Amino acid sequence: MNISLVLQMAADTFPDRIALTHNGVHYSYGRLYASAQAAAAHIVESGAAYVSYLGESSPATVVALFGAAMAGKPFAPLNYRLTVPETNRLIERLFPVFLITDLDKAASVPDGAARVLMTGPEFLAATASEEPGEWDAPQDEEGVAVQLFTSGTTGEPKAALLRHQNLLGYVLGTIDFASAEEDEATLVSVPPYHIAGISAILSSIYAMRRIVQLPQFTPAEWLKQCCEQSVTNAFVVPTMLTRIIAHIDETNEQPNLQALRALAFGGGKMPLPVVERALTLFPEVAFANAYGLTETSSTIALLGPEDHREAHNHPDPLVARRLDSVGKPLPTVEVEIRGEDGSVLGPNELGEVFVRGPQVSGEYQGRKLTDDDGWFPTRDSGFIDDHGFLFLAGRIDDVIVRGGENISPGEVEKVLRSHDGVEDVAVVGVPSVEWGETLAAAVVLKPAVTVTAQELQDLVRKQLRSSRVPEHIRFVDALPYNEMGKLLRRNVKAIFAD
Amino acid sequence: MQLKAGTKLHSSVCDTDVMVIKGSGDVALTCGGAEMVTARTGAPGQIDPGFASGTAMGKRYQTDDGSVELLCIKPGKGTLAVHGVALEIKAAKALPSSD
Repeated sequence: MNISLVLQMAADTFPDRIALTHNGVHYSYGRLYASAQAAAAHIVESGAAYVSYLGESSPATVVALFGAAMAGKPFAPLNYRLTVPETNRLIERLFPVFLITDLDKAASVPDGAARVLMTGPEFLAATASEEPGEWDAPQDEEGVAVQLFTSGTTGEPKAALLRHQNLLGYVLGTIDFASAEEDEATLVSVPPYHIAGISAILSSIYAMRRIVQLPQFTPAEWLKQCCEQSVTNAFVVPTMLTRIIAHIDETNEQPNLQALRALAFGGGKMPLPVVERALTLFPEVAFANAYGLTETSSTIALLGPEDHREAHNHPDPLVARRLDSVGKPLPTVEVEIRGEDGSVLGPNELGEVFVRGPQVSGEYQGRKLTDDDGWFPTRDSGFIDDHGFLFLAGRIDDVIVRGGENISPGEVEKVLRSHDGVEDVAVVGVPSVEWGETLAAAVVLKPAVTVTAQELQDLVRKQLRSSRVPEHIRFVDALPYNEMGKLLRRNVKAIFAD
Repeated sequence: MQLKAGTKLHSSVCDTDVMVIKGSGDVALTCGGAEMVTARTGAPGQIDPGFASGTAMGKRYQTDDGSVELLCIKPGKGTLAVHGVALEIKAAKALPSSD
């Protein structure tokens, strides 16, 4: 198996159809396929062990991904927002590398680390080819297609390995080939070093849905591209949707989203008020909430459009709360909730989410986390309700153990967030002589609002119980998020360190 | 012939190429009435008119019991069959796009 099959099939079927639009320039499936073949020849000739891409989304990302696959080398895109020393440490782990990067970053690459070093435009020029030739991609079943460095909120980034069979398992199992209409276009605003950026390329090309790349997300540019490129589908992370809605509310302009049919989101917890506002604001759009991890080649559970509309304002609270769920597992994976002793739990029982299926890699360089039966512990806690909807309750590693009692930060954050004056909040565990760990809340207030710590503590005591009351409360201007909108709890803890 | 997930097979009488999605062990897999091969050699053989309704690009074909599943990665004129029984197109799933 080789993921290049995805592009090969598209190029065989409709070579002249537009596959990709970047800065107004169009690239056909045939052209991308021919370029990927040319790239593969360059990569093989270079003797590099890895192909890396350090930069924003561009056509070079797509050519590099498939070129690497055809050459039988892992594609290891890097986060362009890292510092130079952080970047160099990762590049050293990819030695010897075929590196495609922007000029300003290239100047700082350590001597001798790269076998070949090119800018994106140079790489595209070197691989420009209109006529696909013959190229036999290696069909190594165990081959690594993509290596992603996880964001590393603790310690050095880990290298998650996604094999050809994992990624193809996801694509072939969830998407019908060439199922998109020719007028469909998907706006890709997630970066290429994120699993959502990789799966967007593979899924869109297999569905033959034109990709419109938005290298630098801003709400205004996102809305502009949606309109100008007649975007029909889009995927956003929660912070993006929050910012898009805030932008629409602030500018008071009705955006032109007439073409938009489907909006998917994932990559983190979507705040309920944002989903509800979006459902009201875009009544014609089909919403999908996707839950997935890097180690599972993207989506494993999905709350689909009908579920969103049914749950929205439903009188039965058990149906209404589904908006807060991540829907049901895909038909191609199995999901189980397990207790601390490893036993499989029943409906509505809170435990750790385990997943199994062809798309699940569960593997880092040098370490495989799946058990003998292929089950991968996600380290997410959650439960499945009587109707099969999966609800997540946060990362297990974030659970606070106060006096022997396990407390999920999410339940306390939810109560604090319900206060009218609270804009954002994060609850973490901090060391306590009395309890081992105790609760601390960093709170961002809405502008020109006064709220006392006592008031917030009383709210939690009233709605939950005294053990859930944050002992420490700090009011801060903003919470620390990474660029994908993931809360950096380690940095929140640091607020309380002094 | 021996089937294994991920194997690419070719028709010996038409342009059809398939990839094995599911299936293992010794299976009599034919396209256009002739056994499929891992590599094409020589001139294509004669297509059996009883197995000439064709394959469609990107469609999945499976046996009744679902034990063998193939993905058509290049279409042709022959019909896919296991032990002489024509394979059916697997019904399309309707999953919303999530990426």
